[in-house]
Amino acid sequence: MIPQTFDYTAPATLDQALALIAQGAKPLAGGMSLIPMMKLRLAAPEHLVDIGRLKELNYIREDAGALHLGAGCTHYEVETSPLLRGKCPLLSETAAHIGDVQVRNMGTIGGSIAHADPSADYPAALQALEAKIVLRGAQSQRTVAASAFFLDTFATALEPGEIVSEIIVPVEEAGAGASYQKMAQPASGFAIVGVAARLRRSGGKIAMARIGVTGLAGRSFRATAAEKALENTAGSAAEIQAAAALVAQGVEANSDLHASAEYRKHLAAVYAGRALFAALARTA
Amino acid sequence: MNIHVTINGKNYSHDVEPRLLLIHYLREVVGLTGPHIGCETSLCGACTVELGGKAVKSCTMFAVQANGASITTIEGLAANGKLHAIQEAFWNEHGLQCGFCTPGMIMASKQILDRNPNPTEEEIRHGLEGNICRCTGYQHIVNAVKAAAKATGA
Amino acid sequence: MATTITRPKTLIGKAIRRREDPRLITGTATYVEDIKMPGMHYAVVVRSPHAAAKIRSIDTSKAAARPGVVAIFTGQDVSKVGPVPCGASLPGLRVPNHTILATDRVYYAGHPVAVVVATDRYIAADAADDVEVDWEVLKAVADPLKALEPGAPAVHPQWPDNKAFDFHQEHGDIDKAFAEADVIVKQRILSQRLIPTPMETRGVVAEWRAADRALNLYSSTQIPHLLRSMVAQMLGLEENRLRVVAPEVGGGFGCKLNVYAEEALMGFVAMKINKPVKWIETRRENYLTTIHGRGHVDDYELSAKRDGTITGIKLRIIQDLGAYHQLLTPAIPTLSVLMMPGLYKTQNIFADIVGVFTNCVPTDAYRGAGRPEATHGIERMVDILAAELKMDPAEIRLKNFVQPNEFPFPTATGLIYDSGDYAAPLKKALDIAEYEKLRREQSESRKQGRLMGIGMSAYGEICAFGPSPATPAGGWESATVKIEPSGKVTVLTGTSPHGQGEETTFAQIAADELGVDIDDVLVVHGDTALVQYGIGTFGSRATAVGGTAVYFALQDLKAKIKKFGAMLLNSDDVTLANGQCIDNKTGASKSVQEIAAASYRAMQLPPNTEPGMVSTHFWEPPNFTFPFGAHLVVTEVDRDTGAVKVVRYIAVDDCGNILNPLIVTGQVHGGVAQGIGQALYEQAVYDEAGQLITGELMDYAVPKAHMLPWIESDHTVTPTPVNPLGVKGVGEAGTIGCSPAVVNSVVDALSPLGVKHIDMPMTPEKIWKLIRSAQ
Repeated sequence: MIPQTFDYTAPATLDQALALIAQGAKPLAGGMSLIPMMKLRLAAPEHLVDIGRLKELNYIREDAGALHLGAGCTHYEVETSPLLRGKCPLLSETAAHIGDVQVRNMGTIGGSIAHADPSADYPAALQALEAKIVLRGAQSQRTVAASAFFLDTFATALEPGEIVSEIIVPVEEAGAGASYQKMAQPASGFAIVGVAARLRRSGGKIAMARIGVTGLAGRSFRATAAEKALENTAGSAAEIQAAAALVAQGVEANSDLHASAEYRKHLAAVYAGRALFAALARTA
Repeated sequence: MNIHVTINGKNYSHDVEPRLLLIHYLREVVGLTGPHIGCETSLCGACTVELGGKAVKSCTMFAVQANGASITTIEGLAANGKLHAIQEAFWNEHGLQCGFCTPGMIMASKQILDRNPNPTEEEIRHGLEGNICRCTGYQHIVNAVKAAAKATGA
Repeated sequence: MATTITRPKTLIGKAIRRREDPRLITGTATYVEDIKMPGMHYAVVVRSPHAAAKIRSIDTSKAAARPGVVAIFTGQDVSKVGPVPCGASLPGLRVPNHTILATDRVYYAGHPVAVVVATDRYIAADAADDVEVDWEVLKAVADPLKALEPGAPAVHPQWPDNKAFDFHQEHGDIDKAFAEADVIVKQRILSQRLIPTPMETRGVVAEWRAADRALNLYSSTQIPHLLRSMVAQMLGLEENRLRVVAPEVGGGFGCKLNVYAEEALMGFVAMKINKPVKWIETRRENYLTTIHGRGHVDDYELSAKRDGTITGIKLRIIQDLGAYHQLLTPAIPTLSVLMMPGLYKTQNIFADIVGVFTNCVPTDAYRGAGRPEATHGIERMVDILAAELKMDPAEIRLKNFVQPNEFPFPTATGLIYDSGDYAAPLKKALDIAEYEKLRREQSESRKQGRLMGIGMSAYGEICAFGPSPATPAGGWESATVKIEPSGKVTVLTGTSPHGQGEETTFAQIAADELGVDIDDVLVVHGDTALVQYGIGTFGSRATAVGGTAVYFALQDLKAKIKKFGAMLLNSDDVTLANGQCIDNKTGASKSVQEIAAASYRAMQLPPNTEPGMVSTHFWEPPNFTFPFGAHLVVTEVDRDTGAVKVVRYIAVDDCGNILNPLIVTGQVHGGVAQGIGQALYEQAVYDEAGQLITGELMDYAVPKAHMLPWIESDHTVTPTPVNPLGVKGVGEAGTIGCSPAVVNSVVDALSPLGVKHIDMPMTPEKIWKLIRSAQ
């Protein structure tokens, strides 16, 4: 399994990279999605620009109540970052579910979300975190909400010439708890269904609920009806189950070899319940 | 394109085609046939090598991406004719049968122990998710990783 | 029949770490892909994307124009090469002409149509994409049941019913058994298509030495000698000018017990281009074109008395053969029939097999090869019967077992079971599990609404293939043992180990018999230029048959050592012990080393004795061996998702004497892993158009470390009288014992919901649907 020929450039700066990408070159980050596709000859870019080693894209820092991740952070870095584990543990927890050790060592958060595999893990967390995604082109920079970024299977808000350059997630406030729960496809490890839940408790009530879902449909999404149903409740088992049951309502679910649409919808409710219970247990 | 890499402590410089996969570079150009190719979808882990201290799948990487990096392959583990503790443990615990997955399995085991010197059975199994063995049922591999942890942690 | 010889043991039975391992753990072993030769070229095979299509034309001009491409061959070019052989014969068997490249029509997705040869593997891959085939796509049929329906697309147009053969066997009075039965249970049981998935795919290097008219073929095979005979025939080459080498082989599990088109094709290419050529199968090709296993639809009926005595078994097998016969394809389901009574006494059996062509890659031997299907069937049926009679599954098994005093036991299917105490491993497994306590725990957990299951299997297998009259290419095995002039011992075995550890176990046998240090023994295999003719490694035969050949070669050699020793010691009364030939009268001695040296120096020879210290033995086994055992599995089903967790796995196997417990345990673990793979995860899925959906490791779920339980492995030891080592074989036991135990456990877990049977793989969705429909 041999890729087709291509040109390769490893620019020293992001600007140089963006200039090449503006001319139609394809960005290569960790390569965990792109290279297998090239080997299977499902993708044949003519020019690869290696952004995987750009220091400019590799940082995790806190700024004004938010955490900023360079798109070049590997899943392993996200998984193990003390800053993230302390202030946005949902993202670290989710990263730990991706692929395997070797894939997490190479794969990047920017690359993963730009690929927009409907079964990828990150999108669930990013939806629940109401993450912002910074997109940069040679002459442009804009920020889109996760909910507006993931459009469909392998389709995002990225315009030609743009790359994902940064992901912004909130610093969790006191009283917050979160969890990501998934059923993994046994062969690939991708999520048949994955649900990320974030809750904040205040005065014995659930003050905030955010639920992100991946694997269920062509795109990840926030289960807003379930969130609303849960907010301002005490978060009893019955209330959680009732809210979880809403997660898949009205969703046109994926169906494939590994799970029918019907089963996926059922799993979405089950894993939403599990994620919500786990998140609730983690609220202080 | 010209690349410079350090492999098992030796420096190499080669002109390579951008599409040359790192596994083919190691095997065909450098002549290190320890890492193997067992799939093309980055799932079996037989090609695992260490790059800059991290276990990576060398079949899912271009050689040009490794330019400037330091790489350790299975051939580089034994030092001065003495087997690495993990190699010794795989031998003692019968952690291999056909041996095809073994170089990758040992490199993945090294990553586990480098990051967690005293892993539980569950942590070992989780740490080996990226490596498939069809012969052993993994149990003797788990034993080998435990034994290596014990031997090095002494 | 020989009886077990007791003798002092030193190395036999010890957990000696393997002698093949140093090269494997250092990454310095040589697999086919590691072979490099001056001027070597690379081949890529162009394959059909369609399951059924006519080839209107093939345009190779664009590919041929690519710099670095040296040759392209299509079906017309190889028309003189003989067909891929089928070694099995059944009455009335329809055998399609299996050319090494398709000519006018393709029969499965992946069918080879051309080969592109280039100076570089990357160029060959590019050029293969440039080959343009004009297809006329035809209707395909991938499901064997649909293939049997009237009006189904004909896989081979000359046989519109898609039947390759009908096979029938019966014994006793099956009608009476069923007429007089108190109870009859029936069930359709599927054994799904599986993809063997050795971690090393297939690969071939061929080197033509034109001046010598000699072809060297390096192939990842389990059967180098048989491969040589058959490829020589296909290529029209003198057999002694074809050398086959099985270098390090990265797993086989039966799928490399075969002769493949590419093995002859690369020989053809090397002869044509007069350069060495290498072809390495990709994983996708491996899934598309290397044989699959299983593929059974089995209809079972059991008749029994009220007290649980089984009185008769009926079995109708529909075997999905795929599009062609590979080496043993049609023979595999006949092994299922042979083992259909399992460990039970009943003498009334009735079996039908229909072999069905489909537009899929052929099925053939995969770990267990016919016996897992049989064991799965009978062990499921016994549980179904126990449930019907409200009997404990252990009790009903114990009631029907062949008893220890009944051996040798003639079965209804014409076999003679060699030796056994079938209750022993089952009782041991029950003890280890604390069965009574476990059942109490289960009843407690059921009160809490949990779905806990306890399942068991008591399996028997037919191994150590086998007496020659019962095997297609000879069932003996060969060994040569040489003591070199320096006293070092070389064992040449006709088996072809590829992970099973015979470089170690055979060295243990030789070191023990000769009384020499194990480090002085080297075991050589897998090269037809070095090793006398042999059969190979499959069917749990290598140690039981090949090891026995080594043992007998050593006995001949020991006699010769004693002759030389007696001469050198000038004695007529000598003993050979601990590497020394001792004069029983004077106590004087000569070492094996000294004697070997003298035998080559040949200053003096004993009467009627040749110089040298070499012995070759071809051992013909008088019978198969019949290992047995019991596996007990505790599972818990997640009521919400249907996911199955194996909580405990207990395997008690009886493979006769154990030469090296480390290796035996490893074989059990690996076998169980593949059994659990079948029970829970693995299934080759073709869509209606004959496309393999599970065409990569992305979609075909080979178990990974976190998907398997801890296996508690234990043994009982009942030596076989068939060979002097008393060993029965253990390569396939784990797989054979496993799947019914796992399924029985999950069915038990769901039995409060009224579930009586589940087909494999027991995916979470399948289980969830069962739970839901029960609620």
